[in-house]
Amino acid sequence: MRERTQPANRWLVLAMQVALIAAALLAWEFGVRAGKIDPFFFSAPSQIGVTIGGWWQHGYILRDVYVTMEETLFGLLLGGGIGIVLAVLLASNRWLGAIFVPFLVLFNSIPRVTLVPLFILWFGFTLWSKVVSAVVLVLFVVFFATYDGIKDVDPTLVANVRVMGAKRLDVMRHVLIPSALTWIFSSLRSAVGFSLIGAVVAEYFGAQAGVGYRIQYSEAQLNTSGVFGGLFILMVLVFIINLFLQRLQRRLLVWKPVDP
Amino acid sequence: MTIISLAGVTKTFDSGYTALRDVNLDVAPERFVALVGPSGCGKSTTLSLISGLDRPTSGAITVRGKPVGGITDGVGFLFQRDALLPWKTVRDNVLLPLQLRGVGGEEARSRVAEWIGRVGLRGFEQSFPYQLSGGMRKRVALAQTLVYNPEILLMDEPFAALDVQTRNLMEAELLTLWQGSRKTVIFVTHDLEEAIALADEVVVMTAGPGRVKARYDVTLPRPRDIEQVRFDPRFTELYSQMWNDLRDEVLESYARANAAG
Ligand SMILES: Nc1ncnc2c1ncn2[C@@H]1O[C@H](COP(=O)(O)OP(=O)(O)OP(=O)(O)O)[C@@H](O)[C@H]1O
Ligand SMILES: [Mg+2]
Repeated sequence: MRERTQPANRWLVLAMQVALIAAALLAWEFGVRAGKIDPFFFSAPSQIGVTIGGWWQHGYILRDVYVTMEETLFGLLLGGGIGIVLAVLLASNRWLGAIFVPFLVLFNSIPRVTLVPLFILWFGFTLWSKVVSAVVLVLFVVFFATYDGIKDVDPTLVANVRVMGAKRLDVMRHVLIPSALTWIFSSLRSAVGFSLIGAVVAEYFGAQAGVGYRIQYSEAQLNTSGVFGGLFILMVLVFIINLFLQRLQRRLLVWKPVDP
Repeated sequence: MTIISLAGVTKTFDSGYTALRDVNLDVAPERFVALVGPSGCGKSTTLSLISGLDRPTSGAITVRGKPVGGITDGVGFLFQRDALLPWKTVRDNVLLPLQLRGVGGEEARSRVAEWIGRVGLRGFEQSFPYQLSGGMRKRVALAQTLVYNPEILLMDEPFAALDVQTRNLMEAELLTLWQGSRKTVIFVTHDLEEAIALADEVVVMTAGPGRVKARYDVTLPRPRDIEQVRFDPRFTELYSQMWNDLRDEVLESYARANAAG
């Protein structure tokens, strides 16, 4: 059970977090200025800022973010779709489940990064090599969440609707899928994260645009400011996406007691 | 005339535990039968078998003369455990059985509204189950079960979670309803008083593996006043007879639980 303690004041927490970040950045900056930190290896916040500013002026940032988001979104939709359909199929048929789930567990244990060069070989420097890299990550996250969600459903709920006259498809629609949706939504944040990782890693291996490409390009130039700048953009992106997903989850799961 | 018949029914679970052994029970149509017995004696299992949710290991179960296979038609089952769909509002939960039966539109709407009113939950139509108390959830479940007017009602300790006043109200409402529509009811309860007050017939089961130990006809006149009937001398007499039977089984059940634990 959750304790009903006084929640920490949001604004105070936020202020402390901002202060912490500012302190870290200042220490970094002054470390560089005082000659304690070598900017060639570690850059400096001001240089990163300048680099990002330069990118902005060239119109790189919007284009990179757009490209990366497009890949992420496709990866999410495709991987999520396949994951859900597969889970519904394998969870609702004993035979299919028994035969195929072990294979999925096996595939899931492959370090997907090692496959990315293959995808680039197969699909070229296109959108699809990135999407497939994202899909092979997202698919498993969503599959296992959905599969567990369906398997975990309270048998009393199924019994209840069956007595009321539900056929297989009705049980699916009114009980299994809504129950799995809870799990799918709670896996959504990690699914988006994985999709983004898949896309960025694939960009890193070969692309003409995208945040991952920007990082790789900077690295090739030994431009540490560019690497950190790319990572910074990535962080901001994930932060905004999470904020949005949190809102979405709260709206979609109105029937759940509020999360702690 | 029998509508529900169990003949030599034995149920052994996969775990190897035998919950019911050689149960014989005939229920006449439109009878109100109460099933009492110590905890774990197989009352819920019996209802589960009659509803067709589970199959007996041996023996025959027939409903309306037909052997049970698949889910039994025209049965309403009020589960002992919470069975409302947590993602549906009160209204949508009550609407669901009608939806599954293809009843829609104005008729569905008015029946849902009527039943939500009858269980005293007007104003809570848009609430989700987690926002209701245990007793309120039970009442929603009752509305959900009765809204489609099943001919046979299986009720598994439906009022155990309610406070005494609500409980009396619901019992009275159930009797009124049953008298109006003459359903066949099998009503599981721990509470002997409740069993006698409501039923035409009380079946006492033995400690697990459950068998039918005794059956009593409750000849108290109807319509009954749920509160007054308890003061009827025949009530007290029946009560002490049944309690004699039941006490032995309850003690037996405790002794076994202690020996096992
Ligand atoms: N699925 C199952 N697998 C194994 N054993 C089970 C299963 N369901 C019930 N049992 C056992 O069968 C016995 C009868 O269970 P049942 O739920 O029918 O009891 P009950 O009479 O309804 O008890 P209570 O009054 O406590 O609800 C119990 O000992 C229980 O542990
Ligand atoms: Mg029970």
